[in-house]
Amino acid sequence: MAIKEPERIWWKPYTRDERLWVAMALLWMMASFVFMPVYHFIGAQNPPSETYRVRDKEKFRALVDGMVNKYKVGEEKGIPIVKPEPGSDVFVQASMWQWYPILQLEKAKTYRIHLASMDVTHGFSIQPINMNFMALPDYDYVVTLTPTTSGDYYIVCNEFCGLGHHLMVGKMIIK
Amino acid sequence: MDYRICSFTGLKIHKTAEDLIKWNVVTAILFLALGGFMALLVALTRWPSVHYLGPANYYRFLTLHGFDALLLWILFFEVALVHFTSAVLLNTRVVAPFSAWIAYALMLVGAVFVNIVTFAGKADVLFTSYVPLKANGVYYLGVIIFAVGALTAFGNFFANIIQARRDKAYKHTLPLGTYGLAAASIIGVVTLAHGAVIMIPVFFWSIDLIKYIDPATYRLIFWGLGHSSQQINVCAMVAMWYMAAAFVLGAKPVNEKLSRTAFVLYILFINVASEHHLLVDPVLSNWHKIVNTGYMMHLAVLASMIHAFAIPASMEVALRNKGYTKGLFDWLKNAPWGNPAFSATFLSIIGFGFLGGITGVIFGTEQFNIIRHNTFAITGHFHGTVVSGTTTAFMGGTYLLIPYIFRRELVLPKLATIQPYLYAIGVAMFAISMMAAGSYGVPRRHWDITFSNAIFSFSFDPSIDIFLSMMGVGALLAVLGGVIFIIVSLGSIVFGKKTS
Repeated sequence: MAIKEPERIWWKPYTRDERLWVAMALLWMMASFVFMPVYHFIGAQNPPSETYRVRDKEKFRALVDGMVNKYKVGEEKGIPIVKPEPGSDVFVQASMWQWYPILQLEKAKTYRIHLASMDVTHGFSIQPINMNFMALPDYDYVVTLTPTTSGDYYIVCNEFCGLGHHLMVGKMIIK
Repeated sequence: MDYRICSFTGLKIHKTAEDLIKWNVVTAILFLALGGFMALLVALTRWPSVHYLGPANYYRFLTLHGFDALLLWILFFEVALVHFTSAVLLNTRVVAPFSAWIAYALMLVGAVFVNIVTFAGKADVLFTSYVPLKANGVYYLGVIIFAVGALTAFGNFFANIIQARRDKAYKHTLPLGTYGLAAASIIGVVTLAHGAVIMIPVFFWSIDLIKYIDPATYRLIFWGLGHSSQQINVCAMVAMWYMAAAFVLGAKPVNEKLSRTAFVLYILFINVASEHHLLVDPVLSNWHKIVNTGYMMHLAVLASMIHAFAIPASMEVALRNKGYTKGLFDWLKNAPWGNPAFSATFLSIIGFGFLGGITGVIFGTEQFNIIRHNTFAITGHFHGTVVSGTTTAFMGGTYLLIPYIFRRELVLPKLATIQPYLYAIGVAMFAISMMAAGSYGVPRRHWDITFSNAIFSFSFDPSIDIFLSMMGVGALLAVLGGVIFIIVSLGSIVFGKKTS
């Protein structure tokens, strides 16, 4: 019994049922284990890991501003709309409680989106397609992204970032 | 030495062990009541047609809900199990009563600190308190004091079993229930070491003695505390399942070797697996993420698969030995469904496995995590593990401890009989609804998913309204079940008829 010390010899051989169950579980686990790295090569969608250290937040801000000055095509609600060149590095800045700027990207073109926060941790959640990445302060996280459907997308912050957390919504336009 | 013999179990119970268990259980239940009340307020806010609290109170009470329900209720109950499985099951004594009481006092002081400072609005940082979001220093100090208390309590466990060995209270090996708590205590020490490594610097940072805490490092080490501490819960819960099956049905583990191996797998692999919180974080390399999710986590899952086989099997054997042998499921039909200790255990096994465990494996997959990270689905997952699993199991455990330790009969036995079902149905309903809403992208920890005052207004798929309303109804059912639990358990402890 689980509440009493077992008899002297408790390391008994496994029965047929136990062997079968553990073998099935192991097999399933091995399949997942093998498939996980395999999917990195055959899959279309993997979590990125490319990261750079942001030692000076002002430098990242300057990169964002440089991109905005060069590629600005419009403005919505006071936030610039930026149309960067396909294949280029795109910078997105998270701060309490704003995503800056609005990106206008082309369908089927690949972009390297650099995510960094200027203050606390934020969550970069693209809706309604529902893809989620973290934006940390002091780190530049590079999400390489190829939009596949056109339309308006919204960036919801999904990591608590202070009392205005629920006001933090950004936008991304795919054309 | 002051001992008595339990008339139900024949166990020799040391007076100090009994007092420690009583105080820890009662404190646990009081914090469950507080955390449950916060749960009600928070759930009513996330139910869009009610939207009860304002934003500041929502984030504040959500912080408290996590702390009280996840940490305080569960850890105080686990400390009760520490003494129950070491001193009581081994028919021996609590070795260092003074340090055991110090542990209790420290945990209580830390708990009170955190509750007061959060109520006062000085620590709206949520349970994870990701730096550089800063709370008042008292918050981190409270967490540290609480953790030191918990560490001392786990230390008591080891002291008790070492002394029990010297006293020849057991000859060769520990009973399985104690073995499970040994696994929990080992993980507890490792976990709290992580807590010390990160929370002490953060405390100094909060009072401006340290300039900088790296946010990515904080997340990594915090989850060494935050996730691994859930593995203390898993071990204690699984041990509770084995013990409840033994107490209620006289069940014997079908194979001690198999069950013990599974506990060892938990110790070895589950702490490393806590990195699945960081799958869509910067810094960690792809191979790091692959090894973690592909290898480490699955070996811990194997352990759960073993328990999922061993415990129902032991119940089946015990019931068949009682003569319920007709056909395949006669034993299941004749199980003591009216005994809340049994039904809570059974519902906990089902809920933990199917709501919490399976979703955990899926969401912890590297690629899948992209579409689930920080959505409401994650909230659904861990309510499947810690509420439908651990909390329900510990409710069942309370129904056993009331006669054995408090020596009281249950008041309102009819209500007690339906309580686990009511609670489990409510929890299942809101956990599944959260997962459904999360799959549409609804974020967790969010006051206003209609974004009514935000700069851009965006609407989720309208079907989330149904899921979020179902979540609200489920939460109300669960709260009702929780209220009945608190009335029955505290009522029995205070007013229950004394058993001889």
